[in-house]
Parts: sequence; structure tokens; C-alpha cells
Amino acid sequence: MASDEVVLLDFWPSPFGMRVRIALAEKGVKYEYKNQDLWNKSPLLLQTNPVHKKIPVLIHNGKPVCESLIVLQYIDEVWNHKAPLLPSDPYLRSQAKFWADFVDKKIYVLGWKTWSTKGEELEAAKKEFIDCIKLLEVELGDKPFFGGETLGIVDVSLIPLYSWFSVYEKFGNLSIEPECPVFVAWAKRCLEKESVTKSLPDQDKVCDYALWRRKVLGYE
Amino acid sequence: MADEVVLLDLYVSMYGMRVRLALAEKGVKYEYKEEDLRTKSQLLLQMNPVHKKIPVLIHNGKPICESLIIVQYIDEVWKDKAPLLPSDPYQRAQARFWADFIDKKLYDAGKKICTTKGEEQEAGKKEFIEILKVLEGELGDKPYFMGERFGFLDIALITFYSWFHAYETLGNFSIEAECPKLISWAKRCMQKESVSKSLADPKKVYEFLVVMYGL
Repeated sequence: MASDEVVLLDFWPSPFGMRVRIALAEKGVKYEYKNQDLWNKSPLLLQTNPVHKKIPVLIHNGKPVCESLIVLQYIDEVWNHKAPLLPSDPYLRSQAKFWADFVDKKIYVLGWKTWSTKGEELEAAKKEFIDCIKLLEVELGDKPFFGGETLGIVDVSLIPLYSWFSVYEKFGNLSIEPECPVFVAWAKRCLEKESVTKSLPDQDKVCDYALWRRKVLGYE
Repeated sequence: MADEVVLLDLYVSMYGMRVRLALAEKGVKYEYKEEDLRTKSQLLLQMNPVHKKIPVLIHNGKPICESLIIVQYIDEVWKDKAPLLPSDPYQRAQARFWADFIDKKLYDAGKKICTTKGEEQEAGKKEFIEILKVLEGELGDKPYFMGERFGFLDIALITFYSWFHAYETLGNFSIEAECPKLISWAKRCMQKESVSKSLADPKKVYEFLVVMYGL
């Protein structure tokens, strides 16, 4: 479509924002990236996402779309000429949505607990986190990606986690690769893709950010 | 083609009702199996090993889980009748956004009303009404959420209407007094046969909650 105006309101360490960056890169969509200060929210953010006041927000020709998985589906439907994120078969689509929803309900919450909790709560979160990754490993099976030969919605939803691995391992005293080698191999395959490497921040920078957040929130 | 459609469900579940409603809108015949959530069936554990929850739609032996995902699946498979989602991608994103908003907020606020007393319950009631008012704002003057036609977002919310009597009784308040436009919309939806036959009897919902929470 001629002269599309696409703006992304985002926050550089946000895994939810990273999902949208990857999807736009996969589709070859040019856009303006606007990093947000989440502690001093801009009028644009408050105006385009008045309900949740969160990033990411995709603004397409002035109209906002919110909630990262909903944004991914929107991107897939609008820029449907290349790199499909969802299969065309209704059953396979429902399965892809199910696992993307699983990633949202479980993986991020548990990952967050590995760097923000202590003691018994931390140990329980670590165990459940590894169990959930193992479930995803079973779902992946022998396929190179969850989407088959190319990145699908589950891959795009999950790979941003990789930029937070060093945070989970450092603060949660966790070692992911020995427990989940299939998952780590999958992550490394994703990282061979330019759309992923240019969308994910450096693990060390994310670690510095998490360290700062822990101090601010009083976890240190 | 002889489609085999089975629904694992719980009569009072507002999530299960969404699926019943979508199937009714599409005129799909199916076998209903009521689950006892205290002793989950082998079939449920096999069909939804990840979450072990209802509803589960089993279509020709293959399970689909999570109510909003199931409703979208139903819309895609039985696409020749009663489209539930709009065809425009932006409208679809809006419908999904508001359905997600309902899922994230409404159940927990309602649960507070049912299971707490005093200040905590008052806070729950306030939160619940605020959520409904936001939805009322989104409805505006339209007959249904997406316009002239009953669809996905109406389905996502109308099933909670069967729980309103329980919330009002346990919270001692009137939802209609606070959100008259939303109640008008709900009554409009209830005039549809697919809705009135898919929603649980509000009295049975109340009885269920009394037993479940030991009230």
C-alpha cells in the first residue's frame, strides 16, 4: 500500500515490544520507532492506549492497535504478501494461537519471578519455568521453528525471552541450556535471522536494566 | 461430511457459554458433555493436558482450547453463516482487544464481589462497575458492539450477564442502576434464540457459587 504511516511506541528492553519489531522486520515494513519513558508517559501513549497505558502500541495511519499478540495478528493480516505468521489451516491456526497464549500466560510471568522473588517462591517459579519450557520443546518436536520452516507467531512471541536469559540465569541462579538444550538450539536458529538480531537488544544491556530495576524495586 | 463435534464444558461457566453461543449462531450440531471439575474426566485431561480446563471443543477428534481461540476457530471453519468477526483487519483488532480486556479484568473483579466482605468487597464492586462503564462507553449508541450485527465481542461479554444476578445478590447492588445502557444491550442480545438457549439460568449460577465458595 502506498505511503503507509507506521509508528511503534515501544520500550527497548520490553519483550512484548520486541515481538512487534520482529514481525515488522519479517514483513519488511518501514516504521518510525519511538522509545517511551514508562515513568513519565507521553501524551501520545496515553492517548493511543488510554485503557492500559502500556507499550507496545502500533499506530497505523493514525489508528492505534494495542496488546502485542493482537498487534502480531493485525500485522499478519494487513501485510499478508509475505512471511505469514499464522498457517492458513484453521486447526493449525488455533494451535499456534493456543501456544502463543501459553507463552503469555506462563513463560513471561514465571521468567519475571526468577529475577524478582526469593526463597521458596523463587524455587517454585524456577521449577515451573523449566517445566513450561520443556512443554514447548515437546511442541516444537523436530521442526526447525514452531512455524515449521519459517518463523511463526509462537517463535516471534517466544524468542524475545532470549534477551532476558542472562537476567533469569544470574538473578534466579538458573542454568537453562543443560535443562533445555532443544530450546536453546531453537533460539540460536532464530538468532540466525536478521529480523530477530536487529530487534533484540544485547543481553548485557538487558541485565544492566534488570539490575537497576531490582534496586529501584528494593529486591537487592 | 459428517462432522463430529463434542464440547467438554461446565453448565455455569461463562467461558463455556461463549462456545455454546458460537455453535448456536452457526447452527452446528454437537454433543455436550458436562464435566465435574472436582473429578476431571480422562477425556478432559487427555484433550487439555496443559491447562486441564473447560471449555474444550473436540472437532473430528482434534481438541481446541481457550474460549476465545475456540470461538475464532468456529468462525473460520463454519464460515458460510453468521460471521462473528468483522472482515476489516483494524475492526478485528479492536474486537480482539476488547475481548482480551474482558478476559483480563472482569472475572477477577466479579470474584472479589463473591468472596469478600466489607471494604474489600466495596473495592471489588467499584472496580467491577468501572470495567462495565468502560465497556458501555465502547458500545456507545450502537445496537451491538461491532455495529448492526451481533458478533465476537457481544459473545465475549454477554455470557457474564448470566452471572450478574449472583454478583448483585452477593454484593447487594444493582448493575442496571449503574450501567443502564449495558443492560439494554444485554436484554437486546437475550432476544436472540442462540443467546437465550446458551446462557445458564442465573439462579443456578447463584446456587453454584454458594456451594463453591461455601457462602
